[in-house]
Amino acid sequence: MEIGPYFLLATLEGAVTAAVLALTAVGLSLVFGVMRVVNIAHGEFFMLGAVIAWWVAQAVGGHPALGFAAALVIAPLIVGGLAAAADMTILKRLDYDPERTIVATIGLLYVIQQVTLMTYGPEARPVEAPFGTRLAIPWIEHAEGGWRLYWPWGLSTTSYKLAVMAAAAAVLLGVWALMARTRIGLVMRATQMDRGMALAFGIPVERVYALVFGLGAGLAALAAVLIVPIRQAHYLMGADPLLLSFIVVIIGGLGSLPGTVVAAVLIGLSDGIISVFFSPTLAKIIATLLVALVLVFRPQGLFGTRAA
Amino acid sequence: MSDGRKVLLLHGGLLAGLFALHFVLPAYHHGNLARIMVLASYAVGYNVLFGYTGLLSLGHALFFAAGMYGMALPLHHLGLPAGWALLTGLGAGAGLAALLALLALRTTGVAFLIVTLMFAQAGHLTILYFGEVTRGDEGFVIDAAQRVLWGIDLSAPDARYLAALALFAASLLACLALVRAPFGKTLIAVRENEERVRMLGYDTHLHKWGAMVISGALSAAAGAAYGLLFGYAGATFGSVQYSILPLLWVLLGGAGTVIGPFIGTLFMFYLIDLSSDLTTAYMLVAGVALIALTLFAPQGLAGEVRRRLWRWLP
Amino acid sequence: MTRIDDRPATTTRRGALRTLAGAAAGAASLPLWARYTHAQSAEPIRIGFQVHRTGIGAAYGRWYDRTTQAAARLINEAGGINGRPVEIVAEDDGTDPKRGAEVVEKFATQHGCDIAFGTLFSHVVIGSAPRAGELKLPYFVVSEGHHVASGMLNRYTIQPGITDVKSQVQAMAPFVTETLGKKVTLVFPDYAYGHDHRDFFSAAVEAQGGEVLAKLAIPPAETSFTKYFPKIPRETEVLYHVMVGPGVLTFVKELGEFFGGRGPELFGFIDSLEAVAIDSPGLEFLEGSHFWEGMPRYAQPDQSEYDAFYRQQVGVDDTGASVSDPTDISTYGHMFGCWETLYVVKAAMEASGYAGPENRPAMIEAVEAMTEMPHSRQHPQGPKIFNGKTHQVFGRQHISQVRDGRLVKVHTTSIEDTFYPDEVDYTTRPF
Repeated sequence: MEIGPYFLLATLEGAVTAAVLALTAVGLSLVFGVMRVVNIAHGEFFMLGAVIAWWVAQAVGGHPALGFAAALVIAPLIVGGLAAAADMTILKRLDYDPERTIVATIGLLYVIQQVTLMTYGPEARPVEAPFGTRLAIPWIEHAEGGWRLYWPWGLSTTSYKLAVMAAAAAVLLGVWALMARTRIGLVMRATQMDRGMALAFGIPVERVYALVFGLGAGLAALAAVLIVPIRQAHYLMGADPLLLSFIVVIIGGLGSLPGTVVAAVLIGLSDGIISVFFSPTLAKIIATLLVALVLVFRPQGLFGTRAA
Repeated sequence: MSDGRKVLLLHGGLLAGLFALHFVLPAYHHGNLARIMVLASYAVGYNVLFGYTGLLSLGHALFFAAGMYGMALPLHHLGLPAGWALLTGLGAGAGLAALLALLALRTTGVAFLIVTLMFAQAGHLTILYFGEVTRGDEGFVIDAAQRVLWGIDLSAPDARYLAALALFAASLLACLALVRAPFGKTLIAVRENEERVRMLGYDTHLHKWGAMVISGALSAAAGAAYGLLFGYAGATFGSVQYSILPLLWVLLGGAGTVIGPFIGTLFMFYLIDLSSDLTTAYMLVAGVALIALTLFAPQGLAGEVRRRLWRWLP
Repeated sequence: MTRIDDRPATTTRRGALRTLAGAAAGAASLPLWARYTHAQSAEPIRIGFQVHRTGIGAAYGRWYDRTTQAAARLINEAGGINGRPVEIVAEDDGTDPKRGAEVVEKFATQHGCDIAFGTLFSHVVIGSAPRAGELKLPYFVVSEGHHVASGMLNRYTIQPGITDVKSQVQAMAPFVTETLGKKVTLVFPDYAYGHDHRDFFSAAVEAQGGEVLAKLAIPPAETSFTKYFPKIPRETEVLYHVMVGPGVLTFVKELGEFFGGRGPELFGFIDSLEAVAIDSPGLEFLEGSHFWEGMPRYAQPDQSEYDAFYRQQVGVDDTGASVSDPTDISTYGHMFGCWETLYVVKAAMEASGYAGPENRPAMIEAVEAMTEMPHSRQHPQGPKIFNGKTHQVFGRQHISQVRDGRLVKVHTTSIEDTFYPDEVDYTTRPF
């Protein structure tokens, strides 16, 4: 494939990755920003979202769109509820101590993985996309006698992939509106800035924490429901989203939601675009080192105001 | 009895006990303990940076793997004798740590965590990328005939146990000496309040750099020994899982205690091993146990002992 | 139930083993004598089963377990081995080489197993085999890896139930170049399993007068693939793919979307789609493409009575799914290896009059002495020839085509197609 069309294709693929990553990472960013804890089990909430989507799609049957629509609502609710319960029964008792939370969420990760393995099983299972027409994309080239339009071999995307990007954008706008325009958002931001002061003003910080933890997990689950028609549900699928969302949150700058989104787009796109120029594994090595170097020379992240 | 004597008695007693166990343990637990001592040496190395200096790294698998491959590659491909190979492994890990510390220490906190994680991921992928020499994820067997140090066959159970004990003793004593030396005391001060230490005129950056090199060297020594004693080098040892494990062991045993890493490693090993005898869902048992432990022993096992009983525990 | 077994005793035992090895070599040539003098105990023969219950190999592990349990049950119903019942002692290795080695130690020193058996993933085999060799525990792997026959392992590690990747790939190459096309692009995971395919298949294709246009190594744990596909040269006639792991469905689906029906011929290894229904949504693109299969997943028109018997005993229906749950797809192309290996173990223990750990070397020699294994209930996949020097078995390979969402066998190689020159002679190595 020529470099131009290839570039476009890699960008489109990167954009899908970025969309899903942004949702997952914004969930983590909320938890990280407001509660100041490292949630190692975040990837498992993502995985649960995908697995529950499969259950729901199986149970609903009929046209794939029905099951998918149901999963979009049910999976984030269940996962969010589970996470809030975990917060109230475990994290609260740890006093949100950062180090103990790491161990406890590793424990939670084991529990979630094993329970999924025992109930859902070890297979990768697909969920049918509600729609997914292949869309070939034209490209222009300069031939004899001027510019002309043609359809390069392989240059295409699907309607579903475009819909994922749109849906992610819509949800992100919703999160922004929630944080910036509602009372509950105000309360969350107040808790993030100064927990002690928030308590003094009578904000029920414990309930805010449970809500934030649930919301963060719910966003991860929602991202997983969106991606599961493209990538299948598997009980070990949580590791990658966890690592990537961490990177995105830190690169974006702690506590900065816009920073998280921009970082997700940067990381998603660079993952796609670097692969144009290098052999696949080398591209991964370069992308990984780039992340490290960005932080080395800008430890507060791209949009952070304080050192992370 | 002075605190200093108690410290020596406790840690000397542990080493003497481990030596005595060599003669009485049944074969299975004898083999397990050899493994645990090597892994505990890795955890001791991790603890220098995390427990005493307060830097949370998620990239120590890089140093462990650097030690393992730094030892195994020249041994396997060039026929370097085992003793020299151990040194090249140690050198590879320490050198890498010295170099990366220059970059990584520009950051602190979670940014440090991500930077070390990224370097380790890049290292893991590099092992896979050079599959021609490393055999990638599959790894390679280190020939038993080459696993001979000063005429001692390290593939024999007795020699392996004693070699593991020697490594562990060296790591433990080095850590003990470190935390009692002014250098180590400064590290602890850096952990508690870096700004104040700097104001007092210490070069905190140099101290942190030193801590990372020591930590990397101990981790690499453990990695090199693991490969040599158990006859295998593979890329899984460079994966993120092996960066999380020492963190887990140290937190379980008690961060910032000399004896904690060993206790944590021992505990985690037998938690998995015994629960897998009871049920195939052993990860469930392990997960619940981890959560319970954080709830009821917040400072790790040795940390709790220090808090409740022995205030003098280093 | 710890057994007191102090250090000096171990050393003595090692010495004793060395002496016994010589004696046992003699015993192997007198199987009947050995059988009658040693078969006095009714203690079960304990077979340590290293199973991937968790980790990336869990889908395989589950079916390896079912196949193993079925074979063990049949062996016991037929009177066991040397009149002793067989007991399968299963331990999860988490599909991890470190835990794998620990599990092998547990079999040898804690559970008192007679042999260890059943490992699939190559890195677990290579991580565990040195310990099995040191503990002098016969270690029967069911892995497909070339590690055994390459000479990398030791005298105690044997692969008698499944063929290795080198012979599979070499036997497939003529079909690919003659039937599908001569210009081939390889897509494979960037780790040792993929590199074996890359090296062996490239060599085999060039030997057939074909040409490998590009070799595309995909990093492990990758979840999206479209961005790599433009690296596939336009003039490719055959795309040879051996992706494995949970990302495979995505891989195939995105391949279909990328080519949009204008792509090259596809040739893959069923390893990619083991435990996955071939008629899953998104896999429509595979219609008409070809797969290597160790043993055809769908019951074929010329199905042997042995295949029918094996299917029924393991609990697999004619489409390769579990009889109790049609959505639970087996790893049919590989799991027969557990069944056949257990029967090889039985034959070797009976031939050598195996009575206890002191007879382990004799048992190894009995396996090394094996050559032909006829198509039978014990070997339902087909006839095999065992090479005692390389500790590796050779057998027929199958190529199937996807037609109407089913795998239909279109070609079977001969055993001779899978031969290659020996790379090692394990029989010259000491016990």
